[in-house]
Amino acid sequence: MVSIQSITTEQVWNWLEAVPDPEIPVISIVDLGIIRAVDVDKDLIKVTITPTYSGCPAMSVIAMDIETELFKQGVSNLELETKIAPAWTTDWLSEKGKDRLEEYGIAPPQKAGEPQRCPNCKSVKVEKVSQFGSTPCKAQWRCQDCLEPFDYFKCI
Amino acid sequence: MSEQTNHLFEFLLRQGDNALVLGHRTSQWCGVGPALEEDIALANTALDLIGQTQLWLGYAAEVEGNNRSANDLAFLRDAYDFRNILMMEVPNEDFGRTLMRQFMFDTYQVPWLTELQNSSNERVAAIAAKSVKEARYHLERSRETVIALGDGTEESNSRMQNALDYLWPYCGEIFGADEVDHAMSEQGVAPVPSTLKGTWRACVERALSEAFLVIPNSEFAHSGGRTGFRHTEHLGHMLATMQTLQRSYPGAEW
Repeated sequence: MVSIQSITTEQVWNWLEAVPDPEIPVISIVDLGIIRAVDVDKDLIKVTITPTYSGCPAMSVIAMDIETELFKQGVSNLELETKIAPAWTTDWLSEKGKDRLEEYGIAPPQKAGEPQRCPNCKSVKVEKVSQFGSTPCKAQWRCQDCLEPFDYFKCI
Repeated sequence: MSEQTNHLFEFLLRQGDNALVLGHRTSQWCGVGPALEEDIALANTALDLIGQTQLWLGYAAEVEGNNRSANDLAFLRDAYDFRNILMMEVPNEDFGRTLMRQFMFDTYQVPWLTELQNSSNERVAAIAAKSVKEARYHLERSRETVIALGDGTEESNSRMQNALDYLWPYCGEIFGADEVDHAMSEQGVAPVPSTLKGTWRACVERALSEAFLVIPNSEFAHSGGRTGFRHTEHLGHMLATMQTLQRSYPGAEW
């Protein structure tokens, strides 16, 4: 247990770094860019979250994971706030997060609206299979060289 | 409720109920889509719409100030209290009609939500800013699919033409201009929907001509959904399924 007085904002951010995205566990919720603010006010810790998609079913799991992690660290007075404006954008994904996505086999979002290359063989010859994928934040693409299908993190 | 609050409440129900009813209809494809990719796409579209519903109806419930939640509004109102346009509630029929409806709606939602981002009501502006990103994405797909199916085989073209003929008389209701619409416009909350008809029509015409589909030569428009005056018989059937759990086990929680 840590005494609440000794908790700093930075510490909370570090703890949250350890909370993986439940659907894409290679990146943390901090890398995903959905943690918008951490405020420490005496004994109260307030974490502000901005959901990726309005109907993202992972949001309740994420809230639960944050609680579990922070309670484990000795936080007892926690408030989670959901904030929808400004709306989440893939610009908030960290560079580290984007690299991790590619290593994991998910093409990171590109401003041009389509994947730059196949995350597996790095070929630039890729084609869209479907605008939607296994989660609201992804689309399905296929590499025309190695023929592997892959997920592309939609740019919004 | 004051008249001003009542207008805002009605306006929010219209937004939320369009998203809810279309979202539920679209979710009926889950597991029976014509191809795995399309099944996933339909389920994701439905998910976005239900997410938007939570935002709109959640705010509507707050404005009403009657201790109701978004869930109460979705699951415990009867057909006559719904404010969605009739086009949202008609049955899916086939994949073609489902996508044609989505296209007609998306073509409106994109300019509509874009305008709502400048609403004098901060909450409305925030919900619109969140939803418009999803709507743009939906439009990209529904437009592409309508064109691909229209400009496809003889069979797919005739199904899309049937879908268009069936849905066309339901499009006019989108562009209302009643007391609620004018009140929202005067308060700077939202433009009057009828002002967007030109933009909508131009986008629809462009896509449908690429799809080799012919717009019916009729301006007749069904109405009664957005005022709640007269829904189609289909809404009641849909709600019977959608609301069954909360009706059978009031207050049940996940």
